[in-house]
Amino acid sequence: MDIALFIIFAVIALLCGINLVVQTHPISSALSLIGVMGALAVLYLLLGAEFLAAAQMIVYAGAIMVLFIFVIMLLNAGAERVTKTRQLVKIAGVPLIAVFLGIVAFVIQAQLPRSQLVWFGGFSGGGPRDIGIPLFTRYLLPFEVTSVLILIAIIGAIVLGKKEMD
Amino acid sequence: MDLTYIIVTLVKLIIVFSVLMTTLAYLQWIERKVIAHIQLRPGPYRVGPHGLLQPLADVIKLITKEGMIPSHVNKLIYILAPFLAVTLALVNICVIPFGPEIHLDVLGHQINTWLQMTDLRIGVVFVLAMSAVGVYGVALAGWSSNNKYSLLGGLRSSAQMISYELPMALAIACPLLLANTLSFREIVESQSGYFFGFIPRWMIFQAFPLQIIAFIVFIIASFAETNRIPFDLPEAENELVAGFHTEYSSMNFASFFMAEYCNMVTVTCVSTVLFLGGWEPLFPAPWSDYAAPAIFGLAGLVSLWAGLNPARPKDRFTFPVVALASFGLAALFLAGEFVFPVINVIAMPLFWFCGKTLALLFVWIWVRGTLPRFRYDQLMKFAWTFMFPLGMVVMLATAAVVAVFPR
Amino acid sequence: MAPSYAVPLNWYLILSAILFCLGIAGFLYRRNIITVFMSIELMLNAVNLSFITFSYKWRAVDGNIFAFFVMVVAAAEAAVGLAIILTVFKNRRTLEIDEISSMKD
Repeated sequence: MDIALFIIFAVIALLCGINLVVQTHPISSALSLIGVMGALAVLYLLLGAEFLAAAQMIVYAGAIMVLFIFVIMLLNAGAERVTKTRQLVKIAGVPLIAVFLGIVAFVIQAQLPRSQLVWFGGFSGGGPRDIGIPLFTRYLLPFEVTSVLILIAIIGAIVLGKKEMD
Repeated sequence: MDLTYIIVTLVKLIIVFSVLMTTLAYLQWIERKVIAHIQLRPGPYRVGPHGLLQPLADVIKLITKEGMIPSHVNKLIYILAPFLAVTLALVNICVIPFGPEIHLDVLGHQINTWLQMTDLRIGVVFVLAMSAVGVYGVALAGWSSNNKYSLLGGLRSSAQMISYELPMALAIACPLLLANTLSFREIVESQSGYFFGFIPRWMIFQAFPLQIIAFIVFIIASFAETNRIPFDLPEAENELVAGFHTEYSSMNFASFFMAEYCNMVTVTCVSTVLFLGGWEPLFPAPWSDYAAPAIFGLAGLVSLWAGLNPARPKDRFTFPVVALASFGLAALFLAGEFVFPVINVIAMPLFWFCGKTLALLFVWIWVRGTLPRFRYDQLMKFAWTFMFPLGMVVMLATAAVVAVFPR
Repeated sequence: MAPSYAVPLNWYLILSAILFCLGIAGFLYRRNIITVFMSIELMLNAVNLSFITFSYKWRAVDGNIFAFFVMVVAAAEAAVGLAIILTVFKNRRTLEIDEISSMKD
């Protein structure tokens, strides 16, 4: 059951990821990214991080991607044109990325023995209370710093988005 | 994962979804009748007695209408958008508790189950997540229709929905601070008991004036989240050529319609559970059991009187039938009180929950028949300059109360 | 102790690596600024999956909290980045990164 769920949602995440890179129109890429985030939210649930799964849907898929979709709709960005100048780079780059992936996969396989298993219910420390208490005691300083960071981001976005007063 | 659990869950699923679908269909009937009576006219009256078969006629019309996909639309997104809207609206009903734990003895098996499909530790955040992702149904419908009015309507509607998500989340944070948990079941459990012996400990009565303000902020924000009047500018017929669902016909349009009513039902259920005490009765135990037969008996008497002094000739036959049904329900509750206690164990919490939810739905329909709609810039200014600071102030005040008076 | 239907931990990490490499590919190959930005978000999501997987492995909640901070930083970055993209579009009328090169050499 866990294996079935993992395989289904991992395949969905991979297909949406490939779709993101391959599609020409930005809105198809945006919808694929939303698909990736939804599939990842289910994988977080399988890993016991239920609050993170809900936060991922609210923050990432429900706010950040809505921003992306607004910008794409407002700018009316069309599909990309295909040019010939970068074919050489593309052909040279794909094997390099594959080599990088191979090295990473090898390191993962070497470092973690096969006997580490993940099953639903194996980790029950991802609930809201378990995240809230460390967040406000051990990690209080990063929490307050991120609130200042968000304030800076809001001010920056408003300043950049204002019409010029002349 | 034993067989009893699976069968009980399937039975709950079938009951909840059939009741929800019937409620959606008849909610439309109730809305048309209530708005009609506010406007001093009878409403749907001809199709079946008092228009009761009108939803059936509407469903048949919508299914058999020609489902046309215009040629210049982005087909995948055009078909995906109403599907997304309906699915997300329906999933919310899974985490709402309708009643406490019941112990039944069916065919020799002991069944202990809550009247709720599943209880998540993160129930409230799940509902917020579903309504956050529900913005896409509207935005993508507006975009894919390849029509400038739909695009404008879709963008305005989704901007409105994400602007009002903030005051809604802040208003939801207030009962969460008092209940100290995110699971719906425990929130309702923290509302049991009575202050001074007769005032129920519903969330709106705890931390006295603050939670009422939080309740009002939540109700206003949820009017905006579900695109209901007074916030329905993006889909009003005389404003933007029906907004984001201009290009949709028959079943797709019915899906958006159903999604809107389902969102309405879900949001009223959530506000009942969070603020009005869920299934907790209004007055203490021995007398609250008589409230149900009393209300149905009163309804029966009113229907009988309306049947004996009919306003229209058909009423002479229809209202006594309604009176008979009401008296039957009152008798059922009285039988549950005295003869078969098992009926009362299931039916009384459901009566209180449904009573509060239907009262809130009546308020929503009442507001629709009464208030004019906001202009778009007034709507956004209201959200950001009034609702958001008010929500923050209420949340901070509640947090101060929780910090000063530890429980 | 583990049931027979459990998933090996490596699979989650390999999925995270593949998504990260897809993000790199998108970042390097695409010419539309918004798609490049979305590839960055894909990379951040892949890293989040890694964090939560390791949080499971050590049965500690710190991975979840770090993933939460990554999410917050990604939100702030998306807001400012999209504002910058809108400004660039207003001034250059194009969304292709090859044509926004007036400061080059």
